[in-house]
Amino acid sequence: MQLDSRIPSGPIEKAWDKARFEMKLVNPANKRKYSVIVVGSGLAGASASASLAELGYNVKCFCFQDSPRRAHSIAAQGGINAAKNYQNDGDSIYRLFYDTVKGGDFRAREANVYRLAQISVNIIDQCVAQGVPFAREYGGTLANRSFGGAQVSRTFYARGQTGQQLLLGAYQALERQVASGKVKMLARTEMLGLAVIDGRARGIVTRDLITGKVESHVADAVVLASGGYGNVYYLSTNAKGSNCTAIWRAHKRGAAFANPCFTQIHPTCIPVSGEYQSKLTLMSESLRNDGRIWVPKKKGDKRTPEQIPDAERDYYLERRYPSFGNLVPRDVASRNAKAVCDEGRGVGETGLGVYLDFSDAIQRLGADGIRERYGNLFEMYERITGEDPYRVPMRIFPAIHYTMGGLWVDYHLMSTIPGLFVIGEANFSDHGANRLGASALMQGLADGYFILPYTLGNYLAGAKLEKVDTAHAEFRSVENEVNAMTRRLLSIRGKRTVSSFHRELGKTLWEDCGMSRNRASLEGAIRKIRVLREEFWGNADVLGGGEELNQALEHAGRVADFLELGELLAIDALQRDESCGGHFREEHQTPDGEALRDDERFCYAAAWEYAGAGGQPVLNKEPLKFEYVPPTQRSYK
Amino acid sequence: MNLTLHIWRQKNASDPGRMVRYEAKNVNADMSFLEMLDVLNEELTLKGEDPVAFDSDCREGICGMCGFMINGVAHGPQRGTTVCQLHMRRFKEGDQLHLEPWRARAFPVIKDLVVDRSAFDRIIQAGGFISVSTGSAPDGNAILVPKPAADLAMDAAACIGCGACVAACPNAAAALFTGAKITHLAKLPQGQPERYQRVLGMVAQARQDLFGSCTNIGECEAVCPKAIPLDVIAGMNRDFIKASWERREEVIEKGAG
Ligand SMILES: Cc1cc2nc3c(=O)[nH]c(=O)nc-3n(C[C@H](O)[C@H](O)[C@H](O)COP(=O)(O)OP(=O)(O)OC[C@H]3O[C@@H](n4cnc5c(N)ncnc54)[C@H](O)[C@@H]3O)c2cc1C
Ligand code: FES
Repeated sequence: MQLDSRIPSGPIEKAWDKARFEMKLVNPANKRKYSVIVVGSGLAGASASASLAELGYNVKCFCFQDSPRRAHSIAAQGGINAAKNYQNDGDSIYRLFYDTVKGGDFRAREANVYRLAQISVNIIDQCVAQGVPFAREYGGTLANRSFGGAQVSRTFYARGQTGQQLLLGAYQALERQVASGKVKMLARTEMLGLAVIDGRARGIVTRDLITGKVESHVADAVVLASGGYGNVYYLSTNAKGSNCTAIWRAHKRGAAFANPCFTQIHPTCIPVSGEYQSKLTLMSESLRNDGRIWVPKKKGDKRTPEQIPDAERDYYLERRYPSFGNLVPRDVASRNAKAVCDEGRGVGETGLGVYLDFSDAIQRLGADGIRERYGNLFEMYERITGEDPYRVPMRIFPAIHYTMGGLWVDYHLMSTIPGLFVIGEANFSDHGANRLGASALMQGLADGYFILPYTLGNYLAGAKLEKVDTAHAEFRSVENEVNAMTRRLLSIRGKRTVSSFHRELGKTLWEDCGMSRNRASLEGAIRKIRVLREEFWGNADVLGGGEELNQALEHAGRVADFLELGELLAIDALQRDESCGGHFREEHQTPDGEALRDDERFCYAAAWEYAGAGGQPVLNKEPLKFEYVPPTQRSYK
Repeated sequence: MNLTLHIWRQKNASDPGRMVRYEAKNVNADMSFLEMLDVLNEELTLKGEDPVAFDSDCREGICGMCGFMINGVAHGPQRGTTVCQLHMRRFKEGDQLHLEPWRARAFPVIKDLVVDRSAFDRIIQAGGFISVSTGSAPDGNAILVPKPAADLAMDAAACIGCGACVAACPNAAAALFTGAKITHLAKLPQGQPERYQRVLGMVAQARQDLFGSCTNIGECEAVCPKAIPLDVIAGMNRDFIKASWERREEVIEKGAG
C-alpha cells in the first residue's frame, strides 16, 4: 500500500494557502451535478453537510439517532480552542500549533496541526454568527478560560454545554439546507457497507432502523463522519450508540486504519458503581481549574474526607508537577490516579477513585461563584451519585473518552480509498498520541466547515467518474453481504446476551490494553478476544427479526465489529514498543514513571491494512518529520 | 428493592398495543432508570421474550433521545431530570410504575416506548436558524453581545428537544420547544434580521405538523428537564403578533395567521 500524505512543500505557515490555491475548483454551475454522501451528523458531519450544500452540492446525510441534533458531539461540555488571543496573554497560531504537537507527544503530522490552529479562529467567527451563545464578559466580548493544561486562556465555552451549542449551530445550518432541498437527511438509518467501484468510493448500503429495509445509495464521493470507537471498551464516556461500524466496514473494503491503540483516558469521570453500569459520565476537565485532586497519604485510610486533616492528604499532582499542578495533560493525570489507587490509596467503596475537592475554591469564590462556573456539572454529579459536591469532595476516576486513532487520511482528509473522505473523530489526523482538551470540537468543525469543502471539490474536479447507479453489481454484492450478516446474527440463537459479550470485551481491553499495557497483557488480550469472538458467533442471543425496529440486532452488529477492531487495537499496541501519549507501555518509562518515547524506531503513524478474516493485518508506516517543533521529552514538572 | 412495572408494548405503528406487567427484582438504588430497563431486557432476552424498545443515547441528559411517561409524568418524578438521569434511589420497595410512550398526534408511536419526533426537525427547518453560510462571518468580537442577553439566549438554547413538553401538554402543543428556539435567536443581535420571518415560519409549521395550540397551562415547564421557562412562550407570542401585523400580506398568503 502506498501512503502519500500529500503534505504541501514549503514553509508550514503557507502550506494551506498554497494547497488551496493549487486545488482545482468545481465550476459553480457544475456543483449541482455532483452528489455527496455524508455518514454522520455530529460536529464534523453536520458542518460538512451544511457547507457542501451551501456550495451547491447535493448531499445525503445519515445518522442512526432519530434526529441529527442528537449526535454524540452534543455531550461535549468543556469548550473549544481557538488562537484568537483575545486575552492578550501570549497566544498565537504558532503557540496553539506548538502545544498541540507537543501535547500529542510528537505523533501527529505537523502540517495538519498547523492548519488546524490557523482555522481555529474562523470557527469561532462562524459559530458566533450562527447564534451560538458563547459565554460573554460584561462588556459584551467573548469570554475565555484556560482548559486542560493550557497556559493561556484560549477556550471558548457556552456554560458546560459547549458541544450542545456548537452542534445545534451546525444542526440548524444543516436543517436550513434540508429546507432548501440541498440536503436529504436520513435519520434512523445506519450505514452497514461501503461500495467501491473502479477503485473509488461510490456509495453506501444502509439499513432503515425502523423498517429494516436494506438500501443502496450512490454518490460521487463518500464522507465518513461517524465519530470515535471508544465504546470498544464497553464503558466509556461516549454515548451508548457510538460505534465503529462505518469506519470498520470501510476498513474491510480497503481503507487503512491508523494508530488504533491511541486511545484517550479522561482523568475526571464519575467512578463505576456496579455491574449494571451502562456508561461512564465525564465531569468536565474544566473542573480541574478550581478543584484540587488528592488522596490520603496513608494506605487504606477509611476516614471520611473531612476527617482527614490537610497534613495527611497527598495533593499528588501539585506535589509531582509543581508548575502544572492539577492541570497536567489527561494522560499524565490519569496514570497518576491509577498509580495512587494501585498503591491502595484510592477512595470510595471500590478504592478506585480520587478526590476532586472544591472547598478551597468555594472559600475563594463563594458557592455562587462556583455555581456560575460549574453549576450544571455539580447538579449532574449529585443526580448520579446522590452526594452534594458543594459539601463533600467529588470522587473521580479515569475512563475511556476519546480515540485519536481512526481511518488514515492524507492532508486532504482522503482515506486510502480514493473518494472516501474521513472527518472528525473518525479519522486519525491531528492529535497524535494524546488529544488536548477542547481540541476535538475544533478539529471536527475545522474539517467540516473549512477543509473538506475545498479538498472534496478538488477531488471531484480532478476525478473522471463513470456514471453509475444502484443497479451496479457492486451494490448487489454489498447488499448481499449486509443481508447475510443480519441473517447470521439472527440465526445464532445462543445463550448469552450481546451485552454480556460487549462487557467482557470491554473488561479485557480495559485491563490489558487500557491505561497501561505490556507485552504479556497485550498478547493475552489478543488471545482472549479471538476466543470471545468465536464464542460470540456461536453463542450470542439475538431475538426478533430483521424487518422491524430491532435494537438488539443493531447492537449485535456493532459488537461484532468491535470484536474485530478490539483485536487490531491490541495488535497495534503490541507493535508499538514504546510509550507515547495515551499509549503507556510499562516496559518503557523513565525512573520516575513518565512515558518514554522511542523516536528512532517509532516516529511514524501505523496504518493497518485489512488482510481478510483471520489474516494477519499488514502494517504500513507513514514516517513523521518534525521540522518546527523538535521532539523533546514532554515535561510538566 | 423490588418493583412492578407495567410497560406499554406495541409491536409497530399499526399494532393497537397494550400494557404488560413485569416484575423488576433486586433493583439497585444506584442504577439509573434506563439501566434498570437494560437489566430487565437482558432477562427477557434470556427467557426468549422480545426486549422492550426505548430510545436513549448519551445517557447524560443532554441528547434528548430518551423519554417516556412514568405514572403519567414525562421523564418521571424528579424535576429537571431526564429518564436517563433519573436514579432508582427515587423509588421505593413495592412501587408500581406505569411506563408509556409520549402520546401526541404529532409523535406517532414506532414501537413500545419509541416515538417519531421528526416534526421537531421540521419546525427548525421552517426558520430555526440564522442564514449565514460558511465563510461569511465577521470577527467573533465585531458585534458585542451584552452578557445578560447572552445568558438569556443560553437559558433558552439549553432545550434538548426531547418532546416532554408536548407529551405533558393536554393540547399536545409544541409551544415550549418552538418558543425556546425563537427566544434563543431573538435575544442575540445576530438573530435580528430574520426575527419576524422566523417566528411566522416556525409557528405555521408547528400547526401543520398537528401540534395543538398553547393555552398557557404550564405543564410543559413543570416537566422540562432543562427547566426552560414559560417566558419563552410569551416572547414567542409577542413576536408573532408583531410579525403578523407587520407582515400581514405575507401571512395572509401563507395562511399562518
Ligand atoms: C462526554 C464528552 C465530553 C467531551 N467534551 C469535549 C470538549 O469539551 N471539548 C472538545 O473539544 N471535545 C470534547 N469531547 C470530544 C468531542 O465531543 C468528540 O470528539 C466530537 O464531538 C466528535 O464529533 P464527530 O462529529 O466526529 O462525531 P459524533 O458527534 O460522534 O457523530 C457521529 C455521527 O455519526 C453517526 N453514525 C455513526 N455511525 C453511523 C453509521 N454506521 N451509520 C449512520 N450514521 C452513523 C451518528 O449518528 C452521529 O450522527 C467530548 C467527548 C465526550 C464523550
Ligand atoms: S439519553 Fe440523552 S438525554 Fe437521555
